[in-house]
Amino acid sequence: MAGNRISRRNTLRSGAGVIAAGVLSAPMVHAQGTGGSLRCGFWDHWVPVGNDVIRRLCAEWGQRNRVEVQVDFITSVGNQNLLTIAAQAQSRSGHDILSFPTWEPSAHARLLEPVDDVVGRLVAKYGAINPIGEYLAKREGAWRAIPAVSGSQHKPSLGRFDLLKQHAGIDVQAMYPAANQLGPGVDQWNWDNFLIAAEKCAQAQVPFGLPMGSFTDAVDWVGALFRSYGANMVDERGTVTVRSNPAVRQALEYAVRLCRFMPNDIYAWDDASNNRALISGRSALIFNPPSTWAVAKRDAPQVAEKCWTFPMPAGPAGRFTPYLPYFWGIWSFSRAKPAAKGLLEFLSEREQAEAQTTTSSGYDIPPFGTMSDFKIWETEGPPTGVVYNYPLKPHHNAQQNIAFAPAPAEIAVQAYSQAINTKMIARVAQGGQTVDQALTWAERELRNFARG
Amino acid sequence: MSADTLTADSRPASVPAGTGSLKRFARRRSTIAFLMTLPLLLVIVCLVAYPASYGIYLSTLNRTMERSIGFGNFEILFDTDTFWNVVWQSCIFAITAVIAKALIGFWLAHMLHHIPTKGQRKWRGMLLVPWVIPPALSTLGWWWMYDPSYSSINYLISLVGAPPVPWLGEPLWARAAIIIVNVWVGAPFFMIMYLAALKSVPEQLYEAAAIDGASSFQRLRYVTVPMMANIISITVLFSLIVTFANYDIVRVLTNGGPRDLTHVFASYAFQVGILSGNIPRGAAVSLFMLPILAICAFFVLRGVTRRNKEQM
Repeated sequence: MAGNRISRRNTLRSGAGVIAAGVLSAPMVHAQGTGGSLRCGFWDHWVPVGNDVIRRLCAEWGQRNRVEVQVDFITSVGNQNLLTIAAQAQSRSGHDILSFPTWEPSAHARLLEPVDDVVGRLVAKYGAINPIGEYLAKREGAWRAIPAVSGSQHKPSLGRFDLLKQHAGIDVQAMYPAANQLGPGVDQWNWDNFLIAAEKCAQAQVPFGLPMGSFTDAVDWVGALFRSYGANMVDERGTVTVRSNPAVRQALEYAVRLCRFMPNDIYAWDDASNNRALISGRSALIFNPPSTWAVAKRDAPQVAEKCWTFPMPAGPAGRFTPYLPYFWGIWSFSRAKPAAKGLLEFLSEREQAEAQTTTSSGYDIPPFGTMSDFKIWETEGPPTGVVYNYPLKPHHNAQQNIAFAPAPAEIAVQAYSQAINTKMIARVAQGGQTVDQALTWAERELRNFARG
Repeated sequence: MSADTLTADSRPASVPAGTGSLKRFARRRSTIAFLMTLPLLLVIVCLVAYPASYGIYLSTLNRTMERSIGFGNFEILFDTDTFWNVVWQSCIFAITAVIAKALIGFWLAHMLHHIPTKGQRKWRGMLLVPWVIPPALSTLGWWWMYDPSYSSINYLISLVGAPPVPWLGEPLWARAAIIIVNVWVGAPFFMIMYLAALKSVPEQLYEAAAIDGASSFQRLRYVTVPMMANIISITVLFSLIVTFANYDIVRVLTNGGPRDLTHVFASYAFQVGILSGNIPRGAAVSLFMLPILAICAFFVLRGVTRRNKEQM
């Protein structure tokens, strides 16, 4: 029976086979029990405790599911997060989960694991995700990332209610009280009256602090202004409509008029310049998340206690609030996709979403409209209710907006990053070009974005 | 008798023919030289040739990096007003800054050269400080001084009753502000190079010129400058390359604004490639520097070679 003899060679061969089968069939069986490990790269929150809550929630979920969750926080300072995403996409290695800023899910859609199952379950529980989240994260019918809570922000009006009342005769606390109701004067809160208020405040040496450079705060508020005029510069099909859409010219002319009542250095402002203008008491109004108010609370409490957050003015096409969401995505080359989906679903649930928003003093905006009632927005102060109107509420009759939507994302991201809208305005308001010259320039730039 | 022959003769008779030729090959001077330069070659291949080739490859892809479009990205760039602005601005920035750095460095080197050795070291150290501070950090300091709303320079200007200067808000001032910072950072490098060159000029030449009745300017024109010509050329070339590829100063101070009028190749490439998610076009922007710098390098190095031949 030579064939049945247990030889050294047969034993080694069988042993190797068993080990190989074990390794191949159970790649996740290591680390802390049976769940494997998960590497996450989350956005390094402006609010330091914003990282702590993510770390705590991940540890909690990891313990419950016996998964070792490694959490890194990647800063957006110096675009470090963009460089990390680009490097991992090129090398097809790195984290399992990453936080993706606004335009990155569509840029890397091919390398992101579809998360329709997770989104489907979340939508069933909490209702629809806002349309901008869907526009940015859905590609070819599939959700490529989940709109995140941590890091997502609105940029509504953040004004000094005392200065606005004194110089412009606008009582923003009465218009938008810390309650689910509208006050008198809301129907007059439009761009035309905003221009009048801007002029009055400029005359009173407290001009509105609206940047006109190439940073996101500038692009976002101008994007919302243009949208409220119906001034889409590129349509859904990618056709450039700068000259064929008369609303673009109308919005441009309005913005040029508005620039006359702004500080003359707004063309060089970055995302912190408007914050400083408000905190220093030199400005009556900016468009920003409540992080400015939070800094004022620490550094200039006498300013903070006179701040109030309220929606943007309305235009002929409606009222729009700049919205800059973050996304949580899973790389398609991740070896822990089921675990990654489990963690992201956990982080998106109402209880965890509220923990994130509360810890960030109300800064983080969840993607579900049904989550606009967290307690923190009622209680935060002074003055109490300062951020009550920071999330979009049904009675605001407003919609979220990202500049250059509804253009195809691959065109919109280039127009957004290169600040075509603010540069077009600056060419007229600062550079002395005619409106036609500026429109022609914008049209040519946008056409080139669609090429290649 | 060559070394190769010597090594071949020393082969023991008992060693098989194949092993012997291998040993002989291994002991050849050319083989040993190759092996000794191999680490350097590997470094050049890995850190220079591969990234450069990959950059060229990237620039031929479409936006989604799925297919080749040949020189399509360059065609699109040539059709973009902003890109031509960037080319123009990069040249203005690099040429102005390098000339200013060379002149200031030359002047500083002369000043230092005439200070007694004892005090010279102290001044040399102090003047090198701008060059040794990380540029991103020092530029941040400059940014605070230029800050659109709270400029400390404007505060000083206001003390004498002058109006504030929009350092970063007006294109002309913004360009000047960037060049000033670049010159501040880079001039010490020129200074130290020129100082080294000055110290190597034989004192006898100046003595001979003095005997011939040469004035200070004539000594500078006919002794110092010709003796330093090669160092000046190499330093200018090196600085031109570094200044053309500058990124951090523009990024920190203006981010290319206002209205893209301070962008240089590197900052525009980053904006197009990384921020706008169009890596191939960003690669094309950065590759555009290559022919410009190659032409500069060709002429400068040809000048150096000619002068060397003349001196021999």
